[in-house]
Amino acid sequence: MPLYHNEDQAMLADTAAGFMAEEGNIAKQLRHWRDRNCKDGFGHALWKQMAEMGFTGMLVEEADGGLGMGHVEAGIVLEEIGRNLTPSPFLTSSVLAATALKHGSADLKGRYLPGLIAGDSVFAVAIDETAKHRPSRITTRAEKSGNGFKLSGAKSFVIHGSSADMLVVAARTSGADDDADGITLFAVPKDAAGMSHDAVRLVDSSMATHTRFDGVELDGDAVIGEIDGGRAVLDAMLLAGRVGAAAEGVGVARGAMDMTVDYLKQRKQFGRLIGEFQALQHRASHLYSEVEIARAATIKAQQLLDGGSAHAELMASVAKAKVAKTARLAVQEGVQMHGGIGMTDEYDIGLYMKRERALAEFLGDANFHANRVAELSGY
Amino acid sequence: MADLEQFRDETRSWLEANCPPEMREPVRGEDDIYWGGRRATFKNDAQKAWLEACVAKGYTVPMWPKEYGGAGLSAPEAKVLREEMGKIGARPPLSSFGIWMLGPALLHFGTEGQKQRFLNEIARGEIRWCQGYSEPGSGSDLVSLQTFGEDKGDHWVVNGQKIWTSYADHADWIFCLVRTDKENKYGGITFMLFDMASEGVTTKPIKLISGSSPFCETFFDNVAVPKSYGDDVPAYVGTINRGWDVAKYLLGHEREMISGADGGERQAAIGAAMKRHASKTGDEIDPVLRAELAQFDVDALAYAAMGEKFLDEIKVGKAHPAQPNMMKYAGTELNKRRHELVMAVGGSRSLEWESEATESGKPAKNWLRTKANSIEGGTSEVMLNVIAKRILDLPGA
Ligand SMILES: Cc1cc2nc3c(=O)[nH]c(=O)nc-3n(C[C@H](O)[C@H](O)[C@H](O)COP(=O)(O)OP(=O)(O)OC[C@H]3O[C@@H](n4cnc5c(N)ncnc54)[C@H](O)[C@@H]3O)c2cc1C
Ligand SMILES: Cc1cc2nc3c(=O)[nH]c(=O)nc-3n(C[C@H](O)[C@H](O)[C@H](O)COP(=O)(O)OP(=O)(O)OC[C@H]3O[C@@H](n4cnc5c(N)ncnc54)[C@H](O)[C@@H]3O)c2cc1C
Repeated sequence: MPLYHNEDQAMLADTAAGFMAEEGNIAKQLRHWRDRNCKDGFGHALWKQMAEMGFTGMLVEEADGGLGMGHVEAGIVLEEIGRNLTPSPFLTSSVLAATALKHGSADLKGRYLPGLIAGDSVFAVAIDETAKHRPSRITTRAEKSGNGFKLSGAKSFVIHGSSADMLVVAARTSGADDDADGITLFAVPKDAAGMSHDAVRLVDSSMATHTRFDGVELDGDAVIGEIDGGRAVLDAMLLAGRVGAAAEGVGVARGAMDMTVDYLKQRKQFGRLIGEFQALQHRASHLYSEVEIARAATIKAQQLLDGGSAHAELMASVAKAKVAKTARLAVQEGVQMHGGIGMTDEYDIGLYMKRERALAEFLGDANFHANRVAELSGY
Repeated sequence: MADLEQFRDETRSWLEANCPPEMREPVRGEDDIYWGGRRATFKNDAQKAWLEACVAKGYTVPMWPKEYGGAGLSAPEAKVLREEMGKIGARPPLSSFGIWMLGPALLHFGTEGQKQRFLNEIARGEIRWCQGYSEPGSGSDLVSLQTFGEDKGDHWVVNGQKIWTSYADHADWIFCLVRTDKENKYGGITFMLFDMASEGVTTKPIKLISGSSPFCETFFDNVAVPKSYGDDVPAYVGTINRGWDVAKYLLGHEREMISGADGGERQAAIGAAMKRHASKTGDEIDPVLRAELAQFDVDALAYAAMGEKFLDEIKVGKAHPAQPNMMKYAGTELNKRRHELVMAVGGSRSLEWESEATESGKPAKNWLRTKANSIEGGTSEVMLNVIAKRILDLPGA
């Protein structure tokens, strides 16, 4: 498969770019909701519009009412989300939770997928228990109780946790905290008794929760996939999420770079456009190279994932790590090259810096994924 | 696709029958590489047999048309051939600037007569070419070159000096940029082809920091260059005074090649190999070095994806025309980092300059050689200038 978008994908990219720039732009969404101190951190009307565009259920199989598209297509939407800093539950709901639900029972799918596809439901995923991503260790426990389970423990940094209609929760049903086996995934509904959220706003204005489960009672049919055999589903979900987060990061990097390059062509100092100074030109050119390379790595990861390749995991970590570094460079150079106004709230470049930081931590930072690359390569 | 699979099977059996076992060993030293030319000698019979088999099949230049000594393979077929050669570790039968640089320029700009003569000679490894671009005063600012060819009707008289002419002392012919109009900066350069044995051509080796000396200063003292070598075989490529177009086209190729975008070793991850190497020699890789290797592998694998994307896009004309500059920049900077890490993993052992263990300082010499990657064929700074102007469209000079 050639490493560029085919005709259908290029068309989708045009559509998504137009839509996000028009409806998902910074003034209409990020600033709008932030300035109103919105408790969700995103707009439900836009989510509904994204459903009308066919985005929300793009990874859901056709048999289940979705579009049955792949990660290349989801990545196209995510790149535009990143470019416009559009606050949206797309990554958690349409990529992560949707991937988990692929492994769910017909009942679970019937219960949750229609709401996702229609843009009426929002999902969150509760995996991390510490401030750094560490999915190999899961201490939240679910004990057999009657014909269901009793869930106890706590999860942190659950993005959209308090807005979500359902949370995909990774819990331990057997074994020790660091065991690979013994994990089970649950679909926990919003109104489950014993679940409480402590909501916090993050640096990028998104909302996350520290969520507690105090003996939350779940029916047996809340199980996604197999009891004790949830690690495979969790891994599949993480893989999709990482590739998706990389795509969004590419968008953030491109958005910041484009803003900066434009600024270099407008701002005059010393009687010249600052873009004439070679000290800035070289840094901009270097940034361009890094962004192109990060984007290629991400498309490669998407294609491998869609093709079911055994190398998808390695390339996903390559992409996540490369994008994290590249987007960091893009936002830092962006703020610096904007000079003083780059420090002001009025200019958008600083918003890119904030989003980049939050996205880099999500599902493992650059170091986490470089370490994965080493492990997967056998050293 | 079925055709490609059939081609793969045929290629595999052809290689099995024709590639001698000695030619499936990694290249260890300069004399394992066959550069061709009038004065070339084979290191052994296997090297000779391998070249002859490839020449007969057109496999020294697989994608060139058959009438010019190639095999006329399509890009996917050529890829299959590369892959199959890679699998058995086959050495390239012939290395040459004729193949990498002059050939593509002649295919694009040459007359039929030039193609018939020069391309066939190159494909068969008969004539070895060198590149006469740089001058002591004209490196990055190549277009300021001063070597002058005075028009004498049916010939020029060329005077001047070139520098950094790789292998000039082993080359038979030179493709050379010569100013033929002093008034016109870009439009006064002619792309000439002439014999290094011509009266008035002398070369003097330049010793590099790696201790070897494949480079030369090249002097032209009243060299008479005829304007034609026969019917439809002019001594210049393209048009007189329009050599800059050819030079630029060729530089694009050179940059692509140096970037390693087409799948050279510099794209591959090294962490795993370095760990194997270290455990064989009883060394340990400390955690900080491991982390550096991991960060490098991330960049190398991402660059490999970029290389693949770049070649895919070139095939369908989607790549930005200045993209080779970006590939060259990123690829050569990466390769320098690679060899820094190889040296670091080797530790004190990689410092050995004259030892059997290091095959006479191979790691150190390779490391030193890579420092030129970001200079030869245009420096990294010049690549960044080109990206700024032509891709990002930034203002100024
Ligand atoms: C938090 C904060 C507090 C401040 N407090 C004060 C204060 O109390 N009083 C006061 O008077 N000012 C203050 N300033 C202003 C500060 O001094 C300016 O922001 C600073 O001098 C940069 O100028 P600029 O913002 O116009 O950026 P610009 O000059 O427009 O620079 C934009 C970018 O171009 C680069 N650039 C510009 N010229 C060149 C060149 N020749 N070569 C290479 N690159 C170039 C810059 O390095 C920068 O990256 C403050 C600024 C900030 C952010
Ligand atoms: C190993 C090797 C093999 C070579 N093989 C050949 C060959 O076969 N044939 C041939 O003709 N030539 C060859 N060259 C020459 C090569 O093309 C030149 O060395 C190269 O173009 C740089 O020119 P220079 O050495 O004159 O450096 P200079 O142009 O003097 O550059 C010196 C420094 O200044 C920087 N600089 C220059 N201009 C600018 C600018 N505008 N902006 C910012 N920075 C700038 C450069 O990046 C560099 O860091 C070879 C060189 C090497 C090292």
